[in-house]
Amino acid sequence: MASKKTASPKNASVGRRNFLKGTAGGAAALLAASHPASAQQAEAVRSSAAAPVVTQERDPSPSVEVLTGDNPGSDFMVDVLKGLGFEYIFANPGSSFRGLHESFVNYGGNKNPEFITCCHEESSVAMAHGYSKVEGKPLLVMAHGTVGLQHASMAVYNAYVDRAPIFMVIGNTIDAATRRPGVEWAHSVQDAAGLVRDFTKWDDMPVSLQHFAESAVRAYKIATTPPTMPVLLVADGDLQETPMRPGERPHIPKITLASPPQGDSGAVAEAARLLVAAENPVIIADRCARTPAGLKLLVELAETLQAPVINQYGRMNFPSAHPLNQTERSRGLIANADVILGLEVWDFWGTVNDFRDQLHRTSRPMVKPNAKLISISATDLNTRSNYQDFQRFADLDLSMAADSEATLPALIEACKRQLTADRKRNLEERAKKLVDAKRQAHERLLTEASYAWDASPISTARMAMEIWAQVKDKDWSLVSNNAWPQRLWSFDKHYQYIGGAGGAGVGYGAPAALGAAVANKKHGRLSISIQNDGDLMYAPGVLWTSAHHSIPLLSVMHNNRAYHQEVMHLQRMANRHQRGITTAEIGTTLKNPNIDYAAMARSMGVHGEGPITDPNDLGPALKRALEAVSRGEPALVDVVTQPR
Amino acid sequence: MRILMMILFASSLYAQAPSASAPPGDAQNGRKLFENFGCYQCHGREAQGGLGTGPRLGPKPIAFAAVQRYIRQPTGQMPPYTAKVVSDKDLADIYAFLQSVKQPPPLKEIPLLRNSRTTDSPQGAALRRSPFV
Repeated sequence: MASKKTASPKNASVGRRNFLKGTAGGAAALLAASHPASAQQAEAVRSSAAAPVVTQERDPSPSVEVLTGDNPGSDFMVDVLKGLGFEYIFANPGSSFRGLHESFVNYGGNKNPEFITCCHEESSVAMAHGYSKVEGKPLLVMAHGTVGLQHASMAVYNAYVDRAPIFMVIGNTIDAATRRPGVEWAHSVQDAAGLVRDFTKWDDMPVSLQHFAESAVRAYKIATTPPTMPVLLVADGDLQETPMRPGERPHIPKITLASPPQGDSGAVAEAARLLVAAENPVIIADRCARTPAGLKLLVELAETLQAPVINQYGRMNFPSAHPLNQTERSRGLIANADVILGLEVWDFWGTVNDFRDQLHRTSRPMVKPNAKLISISATDLNTRSNYQDFQRFADLDLSMAADSEATLPALIEACKRQLTADRKRNLEERAKKLVDAKRQAHERLLTEASYAWDASPISTARMAMEIWAQVKDKDWSLVSNNAWPQRLWSFDKHYQYIGGAGGAGVGYGAPAALGAAVANKKHGRLSISIQNDGDLMYAPGVLWTSAHHSIPLLSVMHNNRAYHQEVMHLQRMANRHQRGITTAEIGTTLKNPNIDYAAMARSMGVHGEGPITDPNDLGPALKRALEAVSRGEPALVDVVTQPR
Repeated sequence: MRILMMILFASSLYAQAPSASAPPGDAQNGRKLFENFGCYQCHGREAQGGLGTGPRLGPKPIAFAAVQRYIRQPTGQMPPYTAKVVSDKDLADIYAFLQSVKQPPPLKEIPLLRNSRTTDSPQGAALRRSPFV
């Protein structure tokens, strides 16, 4: 047979795909494939599986090598992934997924998804993390299965802890017989996903295109079912690069997303009974509002009960200026509560206990002994053992392993059913007191913000309010996690706040902000990030990505010239050991030389302002930067600030 | 044994409780020490406080005796500054610095704060349905 004599790498690749199928069939199949007789059978299979170019050459000379092929498997992979609705791919290029990359660009037209060039895989994943929290769906990330995923792993962990969905496709070459010598061996791994399996929700290594299609759709469904988390697919190099057989068209399954898990009806009724009867209930929301609907539902629950809400800022859960937003009074409210409802509260134990970080670590309950603690959390549906992000075990009275947002409608209705007219009147009296308390707390906060108002380095409160003055009348979205804006800005839309890193892995901030800005771009929203200096230094290449792809984002540096959390930790140790209390800045600061972030930004095509040390210069610098952003460009204002 | 040593040390500090009035101190040196000893890390370089890290300490600090007692034997999260690393003279200087911190302008003279929201935006208000707001 003509193709029998053709020993081209491509034909060998076809055999690799069948080899993979053989491995899926078990060890017996693998052994048989290595036998000479079976190898002949494999050649016959190759003949029928040959690419169109090969079949056209009826009697090719052994000296004519088949160098081209149509319809690579990666084209089909693109069809599958396009069907999942990804707008963008965040990736740093890598040879292990070169087939897929080329197919996205040429076969897929580099549109839906569009390739966004990232300078580090950690940035790719963190960008997808930020995007997911604005857009409410996962984005596609591609990376090398070895070195790329190793780079990406911390960002994957952040997303896992933050219960954010990410869809990763990583390249790998499993067939050792066909790997290129040298680097491809270093970039190949037996179990690529094993590196991050402790902190991803699901992974697979498809060995056929049909397998890829089904696993891709399955992965998307799993990632988006609460608790939402990262998922990962390995795209084998052979599967990507081998041409499909003529007429081969694997089935792409229909994607039907699972409805999120709702709390048990009996538990919901009991929670409603406790909340309605409570004199001092408190609602604590952390990663509660997955979508804009979650925010509205939480408002409805709070108003139904006229109960104070404490926002732990895992998500944009509750309007900041709503009279029932009593976050500033959280400590007193928790201490006085008779019923506490926790909605996707990451650390319930830490919320209701005081803990002292002294030589002898001690703790004591903050809550009354008879306070009833209710938890609704999807995290209870998926808890792993190795990484300890699940926090200390809390003494709960009622626990629902369910998605809070999905459970809120039933809980609201159950509360309404149990409310009598008399009870409603009592609740409104409670609410009036809460309104007054909030007003007083806000006045106190404004007063605190006024201290060091004219200081240099610039106070973080001043910086927050200088930004607010410039953006408050625009359609803005704060894509970073900052204390003063949480307290002084008026948040009332879900996209105006995206929470934090999750796993507290530094290096999340800059890329997550950019990913969120990518999501905001098509809506015409102004994305603002108050950017920590230490965080930006992890992967400053995001600045180039923002300029290259014209992603409008205003970054305002919170430049305290330090990894300040670590400064404080080192100080604590020195004090504890009664020595060297003046050395806490050794190894923890970013001084000598000071980093010129504005120059760094300009070097990568980003509008740069600063360093700003005089607070009176800040407003004009922000205005100039916003002019650049209004033209669709990124801009950075370097502000030298107080530590916190 | 270690715990016993701690208790004895703490007791000796308590026995030497300072007088209520502040000793004379050098505010200029106090500012330097406030930086060098790391006080600024949690309380800000102007002692204005930091959200989630440490309270405002000045102007008008609490009584010197209370400051001294807390610094030596904090009951909260603050790391202790024992006499071995910060002398009473140093504390007096730091306290003088806290006393020297100027009052900020009144809120009415800070437009960015005066015009801050006390109620939410029309969109936020539209979310609400309660009669009391």
